This record gives sequence, structure tokens and C-alpha cells, in this order.
Amino acid sequence: MKAWLPLLLRLALVVLLVAFVTSPGWFEPLLKPLTENNAPVIYNQGSLLTLTLLHLRIVLIATVAATIVAVALAILVTRPAGAEFLPLSRSLVNIGQTFPPVAVLALAVPAVGFGEKPTLIALFLYGLLPIFENALTGLTTLPANVVEAARGAGMTGWQRLTKVELPLSAPIILGGIRLSVVISLATATIGSTVAAKTLGEVIIAGLLSNNLAFILQGGLIVAALAVLIYDGLSAIERYAARRMGREAE
Amino acid sequence: MIEIEGITKRYDTTTVVDDVSMVIEPRTIAVIVGTSGSGKTTLLRMINRLVEPTAGIIKLDGADNRSVPGYELRRSIGYAIQGHGLFPHRTVAQNIATVPVLLGWGKDRIQARVDELMTLYQLDPKEFGPRYPHELSGGQQQRVGVARALAAEPNVLLMDEPFGALDPIIRTKAQEDLLAIQKRFGTTIILVTHDMEEAVHMGDKIAVMDAGKLVQYAKPAEILANPASSFVETLVGASERPFRLLSLGRVRDAVEIGAAEGEAIPGDASQRDALAELLWTGRPALPVKGADGKPLGRVTVDGLIKRAARPA
Repeated sequence: MKAWLPLLLRLALVVLLVAFVTSPGWFEPLLKPLTENNAPVIYNQGSLLTLTLLHLRIVLIATVAATIVAVALAILVTRPAGAEFLPLSRSLVNIGQTFPPVAVLALAVPAVGFGEKPTLIALFLYGLLPIFENALTGLTTLPANVVEAARGAGMTGWQRLTKVELPLSAPIILGGIRLSVVISLATATIGSTVAAKTLGEVIIAGLLSNNLAFILQGGLIVAALAVLIYDGLSAIERYAARRMGREAE
Repeated sequence: MIEIEGITKRYDTTTVVDDVSMVIEPRTIAVIVGTSGSGKTTLLRMINRLVEPTAGIIKLDGADNRSVPGYELRRSIGYAIQGHGLFPHRTVAQNIATVPVLLGWGKDRIQARVDELMTLYQLDPKEFGPRYPHELSGGQQQRVGVARALAAEPNVLLMDEPFGALDPIIRTKAQEDLLAIQKRFGTTIILVTHDMEEAVHMGDKIAVMDAGKLVQYAKPAEILANPASSFVETLVGASERPFRLLSLGRVRDAVEIGAAEGEAIPGDASQRDALAELLWTGRPALPVKGADGKPLGRVTVDGLIKRAARPA
């Protein structure tokens, strides 16, 4: 395969995605065959662009929060003083992952009400595990002689963490963030069952009115976002790993 | 001067270093030799407090090494390890600048010091400074590792098998470089190795360790001539002894009056090399030249063989 082909495909996908969310009307003829009884072809209860941006915002906020908490936790349990909390934090994070997001939504709504909040809680809990596990792997598999050299050079514990350990485990931590983002992008759609403004709204509207065109456009936008973001983060990861002379996994 | 007084390190019930006392004179190289598990690395790591001793005191120039926090102490002591331990995410220049940056040196001073060390180690600062460690060869990485250890002009340099990962040819070169740099900066070096050859070649004094105990601490010639125990004797290698003894002496010191045919050998070469050359070419004598190229005399097979005999 030619080297420019993948790049061209990605570029085409970006153009297509931007065109679709900004001027969905252009694509009406394409989706027309999927509707019956003259139902609307393009989602008409809100702008696709706004929904896409809100969807991304929810995912961004949840992932940033999950990253901060998961990485902080991983740092804590890899310090000598925090080592005894490793099993505890592992099980906590695991519970976050095993609890289905739908159940979290159901439990969270009575506590915090409808809207974005329960969705954020569900995504946050769901996104913790991959980031935490990867951060843990990154911080515990550092090359021993590099860490030894950092101590030998007279770095304090904090300096070792910020100047050596975190930069060296960055590619692996990024891998965890990437997984978490992609899971969250998909999971965020169910947030619309509790009135969060996400692309799930389009899909749910399609399900309720038996409108295949709605379902498809909601699903495709989410899928395109996931593919592009996954790709972008992989590229950053590879760049970071290459700079360290390591091959990306 | 480094004074090690009654240093002991115990992990639970295992004693790794057992009541070791020794004094390392300033501006000399002390080599700690031993098999793996003899406690030599632990002893080294207690000097810069990467390991805290269970009992005993280590004094650096008269001051207890516990009088400052561990990280501050380590910034004042160079530390080079096997497999160099370079930071893979930092350039060569940044790696070398590690300790000066920690000490808060000014930018210009750091830059000047990095350039000086790189030039000294035959690495062009412009070409190699911006590279990452994985873009260097093994020998270059090792040199950067030592340069990093020397960056903050430490009086003391600790080295843990620094040449262990190098192939024999680069290794010899690295040893020569280190000796030259030690002479230039007058650094006190403590080097850990399991290689007796390296110990005899590099050390002003050799400390032999076995099962946590310091078995013998003496000049190389003394260790070769009078090994304190059968363990030291095994470590020295009985069949290698005469050659190791010869390798300690310079040709200059074995010169006899007279002339000889053929290519001259420099006076700085080791007597071992001279003997090897004589045996290999089948000649009875070699001419010797000084550093300025003037003939000094000759060395003979007979003369060298006498020198290889056990000192009285």
C-alpha cells in the first residue's frame, strides 16, 4: 500500500464528517431511501453540530477527570508509602469498570438529577480502569538502571517522578487514555436516556420513531469520531515512543 | 579522602557487607573486586547512600556522609553504572547536564561544561549534543554516561562495572580514557568490577571482597605477589600472575643499555606488551623509544622474564 493512502483516507473522513455535521442537508438524498411515510431524513430537533460538540465536551471532561484521578492513584500506589493501597485501589477501579454504565445512570439520577451529571459520573467511573492499569504498568516497568541513575544523580523523589518516571511511562499512559476515550465516546450515547445532550439523542429519536436514517447518522458520527480520535492518539503515542527509542506496541 | 569505618549492611538475617573498613586516598583509583554476591556493589552504594548501612560510618574528607540529605550528597558524587542508565527521553547534552541543572548552575556555565566534556570524550557537541541516547553506539553511550557522572566536577566518582557491557576493544579504549581523565581532573575513583585484569590495570589499590568481607586491600603488585587467601589467589588466576605483574610495569622501567634491531616500542607501553611482541616476533631484544621518539635503549626477553618472577 502506498504511504499516502492511509493519510488520504483519514483526510477524506475528516472532510466528510465536518461536511455532515455542518451541512447535513447535502446528504439528504443519500439517506432518503431509509425513511418511510415522508418522515424527516435529517435530525430536526437540534443541530447536529451542537450535539457533536456537546458529545465531545462530555467525553473530554470525563476523560480529563478520569486521567487525573487514575494517574494520581497509580503514582500513589507505586510510591513506597502507598504500596499497601495497591490492592484496595485496584478493586475500587475494577468495580468502576464492572458496574454497567446504565446501572450507574439509574443510580445517579435520583442523587444528582437528570442531564449531564449522571452521564459524566458513569463515563468517569468507566474510564478509570484502562488509564489506571496502563499507568501502573508504565510506572512499574521502567528500566531499572535508568531509575537507578536518576537516584544516583541526586534527584529527589518528586524530581524523579516528574523528570524521569512520568515522561518515560507517557506512551503507555497515553495508550490507556486512548482506550478510555474510545469507550467513553460510545458509552456517552446512552447518556441521552437521562436527558444529556449527546449524539445519543439522535439515535434514541430514531429508535422511538422507527427512523433508520436518524439511527444511522447518529451512529456514523460517533463511529467516525472514535476512529479519528483513536488514530490521532495512536500517532501521538508512536511519536512519544519513538523519541525514546522504543517501538510502539 | 574516603574513610570507611566498620561498615555493615544486613537484610533481615543475611549480612551482605560485613564490618568493612578501608581508606581511599584522594586522587587515586581504588578498585573493588569480587564475585557476584560478594557485597561489592552494596559497599559502593553505601558511599553515596543509595543504600543506608546498618552499622558503621563513611567519611568523605572528614565529614560524615549522613551530615547532608541523601540527594544533596549524591549530587556531589559522580555515579556511573553498567549499561550507562542514560535517560532515553533526553538528548545527550541534556543527559550530561543532569546534575548541573539540579544544582542550579547558570545556562552558560552548563553549556560550557557540557561542551568541554563532550570534546574531551571525542564527541562533537554540535553533532552529538542534540541526539538521543538510542541513536548512539554502545561505546558512545558509555562515554556519555561517564561524562554525565563527571558533569558537576565531583571530587569522587563511583563506578559500578561501567565497562561491563562493552566489547573488548572499546573496553580497553574506555579504560584508557578514564585513566587520562582521572589524571586530568584528579578525581578519586572507586570502581567495582569482577574482572581482575581490569582491577590490576586500573587500580592504585585493589580491595578484594568475598562473602561481604574485605579479604585484602593492597597495591596490585602486593595482591599478585602475596595473595592473602586462597580465594584471592583463585581470583588472581595463578597462571595469569606473571603476566599481570608485567602489565603493571612500563617498558621505560625495564630498559637496558644497548641497541636492538627492528621497530621500536614506546617507553609508555606495558612490559607485558613488550614481552608479547618479543615472543611473537621471535626476537631476543627490542629497541625502546621515548615520548619524543629518541632511543632509550632496549628491552630483552631475559630481562622481562626476571621481572615476571614472584617478588621476594
